[in-house]
Amino acid sequence: MATFDVTDADFGEKVLKSEKPILVDFWAAWCGPCKMAEPVLEELSEEYKDKVLIAKLDVDANQKSAQDYDVMSIPTTILYKGGKEIGRQIGFAGKKAFEDIIKKGIEEGGD
Amino acid sequence: MDEEVFAPKPKEGEPWDVAIIGSGPASLTAAIYTTRGAVSTLILGGEKWGGQLMLTTEVDNYPAMPGIQGPELMQKMREHATRFGGEFVEKSVEHVDFNKKPFELSAGGQKYFARTVIIATGALTRWLGVPGEKELIGRGVSSCAPCDAPFYKGKQVLVIGGGDSAMEEALVLTKYATSVTIVHRKGEFRASAAMQKKIFDAKVDVIWETEVTKVLGQEKLSAISLKTKLDSRRAQELKDGKINNYKGKIIEEKEGFLFWEMPIEGVFVAIGHKPDTDVFKGPIELDQKGYVVVHDHTRTNLPGVYVAGDVHDYHYKQAVTAAGFGCMAAMDVLKYLDGLREKETQGKQSAGA
Repeated sequence: MATFDVTDADFGEKVLKSEKPILVDFWAAWCGPCKMAEPVLEELSEEYKDKVLIAKLDVDANQKSAQDYDVMSIPTTILYKGGKEIGRQIGFAGKKAFEDIIKKGIEEGGD
Repeated sequence: MDEEVFAPKPKEGEPWDVAIIGSGPASLTAAIYTTRGAVSTLILGGEKWGGQLMLTTEVDNYPAMPGIQGPELMQKMREHATRFGGEFVEKSVEHVDFNKKPFELSAGGQKYFARTVIIATGALTRWLGVPGEKELIGRGVSSCAPCDAPFYKGKQVLVIGGGDSAMEEALVLTKYATSVTIVHRKGEFRASAAMQKKIFDAKVDVIWETEVTKVLGQEKLSAISLKTKLDSRRAQELKDGKINNYKGKIIEEKEGFLFWEMPIEGVFVAIGHKPDTDVFKGPIELDQKGYVVVHDHTRTNLPGVYVAGDVHDYHYKQAVTAAGFGCMAAMDVLKYLDGLREKETQGKQSAGA
């Protein structure tokens, strides 16, 4: 499935209570590297569609979530599982870097 | 538009006429020239494409484009580079084999073949290389103010460096941070007069003749260690009380330096760039700092392999000079390919006779 947007308001519902592991991309419209990451995350959301959800959070409109998770650089991409952070990628470092944390999320716990 | 494509893509099993490695202004300008020169052109642009301008905001020194955003300029260049048939691949080159003919390039696990190559990989952020820095990148340490400045709203930040990019980082930060201080190891900036004026107009404070020795913090940046030459005016000023302006404290006087510390919430590193040439080590002649050594304007030590932009130019380092170098390399490639074709036709003729 495609990526979808999350906000401060539905972060708890959509991210923390998500049944599947969920990768959240903290991004903003003015950030060059975020633009590079965008199509890659879109691709990954198709390739891993049964295993991992991929969401996007606009940090300009949703400062609270960014602060709650100490996001101080974008893009920052955090993998949550069972309401907890289990992996973090700071900056855009190519597709493989994202895949590495996704795989970690799939393997860990296995539930 | 098809009618604007002057060279078709190579058939299965045939090499590209030219493969351009990189995707900054040098690479994309080269591609504009090679495609319009009717040679098939592959751009191995990397996953992180667009180069240094993707990490900037306003670009005020690119002709006819005052005020354009760096990422937007690169998007436009990319469209221009593919408009006449250039193939852009968002994969990073992992290995090159210049002994083979055609040259063999591996990117994203796939092999590509090309009769000529233009190396235009540019340069990457140079970090300080001090203890604590690596662990705190993205946790208070950054090299991209345009990306990260909004997270420093109401905070106190330092910018390290003395060139144009340090000035730009500082200016971007003044819009968000409560205080912006530049730390520079020399007593004067090498930045352009225009950028320096903006900095001094913005009342940005400068700690001169001072170097960073350590970055401190657990999970999150909390302080920075600095050293200032003991016999300098700055060290005296610090000792006379200026250090209190920074809520700093003196640690020790040792080996001719005043070692001191100050609490800080953000550190932006802008001390320059290093050429992105690791993948070419060995076959391509590099200088001590890793820049590609240029012969005769755009040639490397290997026939058929050319170079353009910040990957060899340690002097000018501008978007527009990189673009110019890209044009030069493309023109030399076109000429070289003409020579190859002539030889091939002669070869065929004599073989047929």
